Amino acid sequence: MAQNFKGRGAPGRKWILTAPALTIILAAAAGPLLIVVVYSFLTPGAYGGVTWKFSWDSWVKVLFERDLFSDELTLATSNLTIFARSIWLALVTTIITLLAGFPTAYFIATRPRTRRDLWLLLITIPFWTNLVIRTFAIQDIIRQEGLLNTALIKLGMVSEPLQILYTDTAVLIGMVYVYLPLMVLPVYASLEKLDSRLLEAASDLYARPRSVLWNVILPSSRSGLIAGSTLVFIPAISTYVTPIMLGGGKRLMMGNYIELLFGQGKDWPYGSAVSIVLMTIVMAALLIYARAGGPKGGAHG
Amino acid sequence: MKLHSIALATLAFAASTTIASAEGKLSIYNWGNYTSPELITKFEKEYDVDVTITDFDSNDTALAKIRQGYTGFDVVVPSQSFMPIYIGEGLIAETNPGQMENGKNIADDWANPDFDPGRKYSVPWLWYTSGVTVNTENYDGDVNTWGLVLDPPESLKGKINIVPEMNDIMYAAIRYSGGEWCSNDKALLKKVHTLLKDAKQYWASIDYSGIEKIGTGDIAASLDWSGSALKRRLGNPKIAFGFPKEGFTYGSDNIVVLKDAPNMENAKLFQNFLMDPENAALNSAYTRYPAAIEGAEDFYPDDMKGAPELSIPAAVRGNGELLRLCDPETTALYGRIWLDIQK
Repeated sequence: MAQNFKGRGAPGRKWILTAPALTIILAAAAGPLLIVVVYSFLTPGAYGGVTWKFSWDSWVKVLFERDLFSDELTLATSNLTIFARSIWLALVTTIITLLAGFPTAYFIATRPRTRRDLWLLLITIPFWTNLVIRTFAIQDIIRQEGLLNTALIKLGMVSEPLQILYTDTAVLIGMVYVYLPLMVLPVYASLEKLDSRLLEAASDLYARPRSVLWNVILPSSRSGLIAGSTLVFIPAISTYVTPIMLGGGKRLMMGNYIELLFGQGKDWPYGSAVSIVLMTIVMAALLIYARAGGPKGGAHG
Repeated sequence: MKLHSIALATLAFAASTTIASAEGKLSIYNWGNYTSPELITKFEKEYDVDVTITDFDSNDTALAKIRQGYTGFDVVVPSQSFMPIYIGEGLIAETNPGQMENGKNIADDWANPDFDPGRKYSVPWLWYTSGVTVNTENYDGDVNTWGLVLDPPESLKGKINIVPEMNDIMYAAIRYSGGEWCSNDKALLKKVHTLLKDAKQYWASIDYSGIEKIGTGDIAASLDWSGSALKRRLGNPKIAFGFPKEGFTYGSDNIVVLKDAPNMENAKLFQNFLMDPENAALNSAYTRYPAAIEGAEDFYPDDMKGAPELSIPAAVRGNGELLRLCDPETTALYGRIWLDIQK
C-alpha cells in the first residue's frame, strides 16, 4: 500500500495538504486533552484551581481512598461503585435500546419506500427539542401526581402512587428514551440495504421465520447493530443531566462525579484523573467496536 | 474584483458596529434568574447604557472563570463567603461604595460586615437566611429544627430534598451535632459524617430544582433559603419556613466590580444605583429575597410586606450567625466529607 502511494506523487505533498486539518485536530482536540492529562499530575490549589507542583496523589485517589479520619489507605470502593454503576446503566440502556430499536428499524425498513421517510421523520422528532426540556417532560410524566400515576390510579391498577421519580428506574427510563433514536437510525440504515430476495430465498429453502431472523437478517445488519450500540453506549456512560433530574443526584454517574470534583470538591487534579478514566473506558468500547464490527471487519462473508 | 469589494464592505460594516456599540455598556455576571428585568430597563433608560447579563450556576464556576483573567465582565455577584477570595487575590476594584452618594442607605446590619469592613468593595445585592421549608400537610410539628432533614420524622422520610451547597449542609450538620462552624475536631466531624450518612437514606434528591417540587407528592421538606421559601408559600399556603434552633446562617450576595472591568464608570454607577431603596425593592420584588437597603421595604409588593420568611424573629436572632468561609484546610476537609456523602 505504502509503495502505491509513493508512486503517485511526492510523499511530502499529502502532509502539506492535510496540514490544516491536522493542525485543527491537534489544537482543538489533543490540546485540551493534554491539559487535562497534565492537570491530573498537579496539586490542587486553595479554593479550586491547581498549583504547579508534581504529584501522583490524584491517581492514587482513583484507586485508593484515604480514610477521612484515620488517614488509612483502603481500596476506593466508592469510586469503583460509581464506575461500575455508570458502566452497568450504560450497558442496560444499550441492551434495552437494542431490543426496542431493532424491531422499530425493521418495521420502518419494511414499509413501502415512499412512506419510510415519514417514519424516519417521526423518529427524529425528539431531537427538535432540547434534552433538558425533554427530561423535564419525563419528570412530569413519572412524578407522583404525574400522568402515569394518575392513569394507573384511575384504572385501579395501584392504590398508592408509585415512587418512580428519583430512582434508578427513572434514570433508565430517561436514558432509553433519549438514546433510542441513536440506535434506530444506524440499524435502519443497514436493514434498508438488505436484499429482500435473500429472505425469499431462505423461505424457499424451508427456513422458518426464526432461523431467517437469526441466520440471515441479524448477520447482515450486524454492522448497524454494533454502530448503534456504540452510539448509545458512549454518550450513555457519560450522561450528566439525567441522573440529576430523574435520579435526584443521589446516586452519581461518572459525569456528575467529575462535575462535583471540579465544582464543590475543588479538586481539579482529581477531577482530571477521573475524566481520563472515563475516556479510557470509552476508548476501550471503541476498540471493541473496531475489532468486532467496524464497517468492514467481521468473520461473516 | 467583486469578492474584493464584498470583503471591504464587510470590514467597513464590522468597524462601524464596533464603534457604534463601544460606549454606554455594562456587562453583568450574575446567578441565573436573579436579576430583575425592570431594574435593568430602568438603569438602561436612566443612564443610556446597554446592559448584558450572563448567568452562572455556582460560586465555584464564577470564580474559576474570573481567575482565568480578562472576561469582559464589569460586575459580578459572589456570595459573601467567597468575598475574601476575591479581595485576597486582587480580582476586584476598590470602588468604595460605602462613600458613594447612596452609600448611607445600606442597612445597619450590613453596613460594616466582616467580609468587607467599611464597604470598600461591595454593595449588598440581596440577603438570605438558610433554614428548612416544610409542607405542613405532611408534618405539623415544630418546624424550627434541622432535624426535619437530618433526622426526619416518619412522615417526611423519603420526601426530602437537599440543595447541593456544601457550606449550608455542612453548617446544618455541624450545628445539629453540637459543634461550632469551622471546627476541625475529628471526633465532631466523625459524628457529622455518620449523621449525614444515616440521613441520606431518607433523602429523595440532592438537587437545586428539588425545592420547586415541595408540596408535590415527591418532596415534602427541603433545605432552603428565605426568599425561595416565600416563593413556595405564595404558591401553596401550607408551606412553612423554619429558623432552626440549633443555629442557622444568614448571608448575602454582593455586587463587586472587577479590577479589569472595561466599563468601570458604568459599573460604579450601577453600584450606586442599587443602593437606592426603590431600585433595591425592584430586585426584591423579582427574586423575593429581602434587600439590605434601608427603606426598601416601603417599595415591596404587598405580598412581601411583613412576610415571616424575610425577617429573623427577634426571639431567635441569637441562633443566627453570618456564614463565613473557613480556612482552606478545613474547607477541603468539609469538601471531602460532603463528597463522600454524595457518592
